[in-house]
Amino acid sequence: MDRIANFFASPAMKVLLLAFALIFPLIAGSEYQIYVMALAFIWAIAVYGLNIITGFCGQLNLAHGGFFAIGAYVVAILTVDHGWAFWPAFVAAGVFGAVFGFLVGVVSLRLKEHYFAIFTLCVGFIIYLLLDKWEALTHGSLGIINIAPPEGFGLIDFTRTIPFYYLVLFFLVLAIVLVSRISRSLIGRTFLAIRISDDLAQSLGINLMRNKVLAFVLSTVYAGLAGGLYAGVVRFIGPAEADVVHTFDIITYLLVGGIGTLMGPLVGTMAITWLTQAVQSFEEYRMIVFGPLLVVLVIFMPKGVVGTFLTWRGRRLASKTPAKEGQSRVGDTATSSKEASDNA
Amino acid sequence: MLKINNLTKRFGGLAAVNDVSVEFAAGQINAIIGPNGAGKTTFFNLVAGAMPPSSGSIEFNGMDVTGMAPDRIARLGIARTFQTTKLFEQSTVLDNLIVGHRLRTQSRLWDVIINSKRLRDEEQKCRSRAAEVLDFVGLSHIGHRYIADTTQEERKRVAFALAMATDPELVLLDEPAGGINPEETENLAALIRKMVDHGITVCLIEHKMDMIMSLADKIMVLDHGEKIAEGTPEQIKNDPVVIEAYLGSEEDVEA
Repeated sequence: MDRIANFFASPAMKVLLLAFALIFPLIAGSEYQIYVMALAFIWAIAVYGLNIITGFCGQLNLAHGGFFAIGAYVVAILTVDHGWAFWPAFVAAGVFGAVFGFLVGVVSLRLKEHYFAIFTLCVGFIIYLLLDKWEALTHGSLGIINIAPPEGFGLIDFTRTIPFYYLVLFFLVLAIVLVSRISRSLIGRTFLAIRISDDLAQSLGINLMRNKVLAFVLSTVYAGLAGGLYAGVVRFIGPAEADVVHTFDIITYLLVGGIGTLMGPLVGTMAITWLTQAVQSFEEYRMIVFGPLLVVLVIFMPKGVVGTFLTWRGRRLASKTPAKEGQSRVGDTATSSKEASDNA
Repeated sequence: MLKINNLTKRFGGLAAVNDVSVEFAAGQINAIIGPNGAGKTTFFNLVAGAMPPSSGSIEFNGMDVTGMAPDRIARLGIARTFQTTKLFEQSTVLDNLIVGHRLRTQSRLWDVIINSKRLRDEEQKCRSRAAEVLDFVGLSHIGHRYIADTTQEERKRVAFALAMATDPELVLLDEPAGGINPEETENLAALIRKMVDHGITVCLIEHKMDMIMSLADKIMVLDHGEKIAEGTPEQIKNDPVVIEAYLGSEEDVEA
């Protein structure tokens, strides 16, 4: 049991996952499956972004889908209306994500908890309205077609599914590596302190606003870049990309996988994506399967699949490593009290 | 080291802290006592910068810190603990403490992206500081344990350690002995003395009179936001005004 658990938590598991992702196009049953996987990777990047502000920093951002849409529209508008190539437009999607994220963050992060969530819900809706109504810029409800695909410079054709799959995989790995560095670093610990409590973080000398804005901007850059990739693969987008449904999809992926964990966003996105595919034939009725499943998960595994696993394993390790101490808690307190008086 | 001049905080028509002036000397244990709702925690919040005062001033080591943001005050060397001990339940004790030294580090996002030497050095520094303070509060043996699996007393000690990790000169302890048994209270009092022996000035709010009377060098009594007495434990014990605030006056009894 422990051996299996250790394996799941080991670096070897990550290598195995990567290896699986690399050979997936070879073992996939159809091109459609590869396409579904590539799209899931794109959403996973967005979920990793939300995990930074909501999972690590504890601020529930409900405009995340909106920032995803902004990234997609930046690529669409720049390539279709202004003749930009994909790659510069893709970089611009990240920059716009950062700029809008900063502007929204500086205002909205003055609010706490539910108020922040409600404010960002409104921001998300405003983004939707702008994309839908500002026809001169966004083509309105018609949407934008013929978005430029990523250029392969004559070497690779990214309009084909398999090359695009690898491109997205590359960005996903990059996204995960960066998040993993952040989460283990002093900055990640700073975010976590804010998540526990604003007051506690401030009493430890942490500048709340600066760190919350940093987390928020990081998350919107992730959303913007994911949106940019999405535009490059789907090549047709409309205002529906900013629909609040996408935000809640992203949140669901995060909750199922494990909020605030490193592998949670990936596990959650993959699980829900393929489950959705599996019950595709039920059409509208698939929510009958989905709804209860989510309810059960939230009740019994509020920390998600990965979070529950990590807590379970951590406890097991903690109770095992120093064999003596695991035995009785009463004994422990007695020793620590004695030590304290000795020290004094 | 801490000099409070005519400090007042009003919430609407209510003066939670009213015209309080007091001075706390370095290297001492200073206690603030008073009935519930006397304004003790508000007083701490003002000193720590969690809220700005309505009027009056706060000087720390000769520097005017009135209305300064709490994170700046923490960097100047004032740390605090809270009535309810907030910690990260899903992390180990040691992991909880590492962030405590963050305010003495410089690393930014760029350091994280390139995994710079500065970041690695500073993380090492924070880690060793965490181990030091854990040892200081006598909990080295449970560093690997999850917070969720620790006792109330251990949590209090972890909260002390977290405050210590910021390298403070002055520590504000809000009801450190709340919710723990008499024997543990003794041990915590010993730990507070140990902090003072290491050159830290302590200021604490507490309801447990036995602990206060044996521990404090100086006591300030607040009632309805006003300072009604100040002095050594001996003086406070025999002060008729204090006795009246706590027990009610003889006239009240007769009426």
